[in-house]
Amino acid sequence: MDAAGVRGGKWGAVIEAGILIFGVVLLGATAWCPPRVTRALGALLFGGVLGVVLRFAFGIPAAIVCGLLACALTFRFFPLLVLRRVLFLVPALVLLIYATTLLMYRAPGNPFANERASTPQVEAALRAQYGVPKNASAFFQIYMRRLLVEGTLGPSIKVQGRTVEELIGPAFPVSVALGSLSLLLSVALGLGLGIAAGLRRNTALDHLSMVLALVGVSLPNFVLGSAAMIVFSLWFRWLPVAGWGSLRHVLMPAVALSLPNAAIIARLARSGMIEVLQQDYIRTARAKGLPESWVVVRHALRGTLMPVVSFLGPAAAATMTGSFVVEVLFAVPGMGQWFVKGAINRDYSVVLGTAIVYFGLVILFNLLVDLAYAWLDPRLRSTGP
Amino acid sequence: MTKSPLQQALQRLARNRVAVLGAVLLALIIFGCVLGPILFKLDPQLTQPALRNQPPSVRFWFGTDGLGRDLLARVLVGGRTSLLVGLAATAVSVIVGVAYGAIAGFYGGKIDEAMMRLVDFMYGLPYMFLVILIMLMFSETARGDMLPVFLALGLVQWLTMARIVRGQVLALRRQEFVLAAELLGFSDARLLLRHVLPNVLGVIMVYATLMVPSVIILESFLSFLGLGVALSWGQLVSDGIAVINPIRSYWWILLWPSAFLGTTLVSLNFLGDGLRDALDPKGKP
Repeated sequence: MDAAGVRGGKWGAVIEAGILIFGVVLLGATAWCPPRVTRALGALLFGGVLGVVLRFAFGIPAAIVCGLLACALTFRFFPLLVLRRVLFLVPALVLLIYATTLLMYRAPGNPFANERASTPQVEAALRAQYGVPKNASAFFQIYMRRLLVEGTLGPSIKVQGRTVEELIGPAFPVSVALGSLSLLLSVALGLGLGIAAGLRRNTALDHLSMVLALVGVSLPNFVLGSAAMIVFSLWFRWLPVAGWGSLRHVLMPAVALSLPNAAIIARLARSGMIEVLQQDYIRTARAKGLPESWVVVRHALRGTLMPVVSFLGPAAAATMTGSFVVEVLFAVPGMGQWFVKGAINRDYSVVLGTAIVYFGLVILFNLLVDLAYAWLDPRLRSTGP
Repeated sequence: MTKSPLQQALQRLARNRVAVLGAVLLALIIFGCVLGPILFKLDPQLTQPALRNQPPSVRFWFGTDGLGRDLLARVLVGGRTSLLVGLAATAVSVIVGVAYGAIAGFYGGKIDEAMMRLVDFMYGLPYMFLVILIMLMFSETARGDMLPVFLALGLVQWLTMARIVRGQVLALRRQEFVLAAELLGFSDARLLLRHVLPNVLGVIMVYATLMVPSVIILESFLSFLGLGVALSWGQLVSDGIAVINPIRSYWWILLWPSAFLGTTLVSLNFLGDGLRDALDPKGKP
């Protein structure tokens, strides 16, 4: 422990920064991997991660079988695009954990700074107990070992006697429910508005919906949210002010969270629709006498969806970013609150735990988006090397 | 008589009523925030316990808050912070984004692919994590020192700029005039700075305008979460939200900062959109 503390001097920072930059360069270097290597490494990583995750659920033998099976299947059937993404994302996740650790350790103060009558001996004992050495790299090693070998996010340092899983566990479904509902809402709202505007180009409806979209993208969600709170909860008393538990609770936070994304999706869908309607294949479809509604639903919609689908990855990230604020505003007991609390209290393991879950969700979602994209655009569907 | 492209663009902008409205509102707000507190000798921190929670009146145009502070003064001074953060952080992100995008687009090939993959990845991250963590690093610097905020917000906002500049540079790189300059033996730096980047300036301007509101929103998020460093609109809105209660309404405490913040953001977006349409009439979706 002391040796680790000694290493954290000026040179420690240089070494840490060096490791970080090296990692980033290495990540960039994956662009040079030839397709065959990308396929193999991507499939290996995919199977490996699946195996590690499943090990805690089904035991080691089943996990090895599942991992190998996933390896073979992904190698054979996944589009190169997706495997390339996997090859990039899994190391990136590790790098992110490292970067988060470094940033936390650079922040002034530490989890034990507020303990009363904290002598160096007491602090050292606490640090040993929670596995929080003074050196960021040493903490990263302990944390990764705990994560991969024991499969735990570790004990919370500030919330006595609880593990991070116990804290995040109840919050996770809340955040996922809020996030997915808001994403759904934003897609539904945005697509409806955008497609209507694109079909009736340069009409009053078009201008109105685009102005609405611009306002939606401009206003911060806590301003919209607080306005909704006053109108719907305090004036009309239709919805509860804050809290969690029923569909009525979810409504306002989900809408507030969805509006900025809905606005962007509306603009994307509108321009996508306008562009698609000028394509030759639409003229062909019309020329062969299909009814206009069929042309739109059957032929134009697919092309319109493409830019929207490719925006869903960033949209998921934006939803999570916004959820920090919306959760605080509406007192929703989700993960965002734990992250903010953990960051302010320097509860390293809570911060890392929430960050890993968030990043994992984003990565998973991005992979799904990639698959959906490959499904929508046959040109990207090639599985060959 | 033919007009220069810039004149044509300005004319198109002037015909765009929404953009002009945005520009006028923005000018008014900037004018008010910069000069207002000086002209009226307003003090945002002066507390008057006898005059707590006064509704708007002739003496206090915007009313007073729970500590008896003049809300007009607070909104105008807070606006200075928000606008300054918006401009400075945008400057940071423009510098980073243009440099990154220009290098990626200029050299192309695998370098471009690697650099852009990194951007794509970061694009998908909930950058709020990084902002919060970076803000924590500076949490003990003196209150009111805003350099860390500029850096933290600027360093997470450069991605869009990098993407756009890269696309433009990639296209310009293959144009004859750049090839001609290359054949004359000019250095890469000179090619980039003298021949390529000046042609991207318009696009950079447009997206910088559109970036200012997103930076202001991000700063207001931070203030709302209690991580802000100075009196800003975000913090004032947050103060206003804190006094929402079903019994007694102090609507002015929430309304004014929200209105100023909202108007500024909408105006900036109107103006940025108008600029984009004016500079690139074909690109209008």
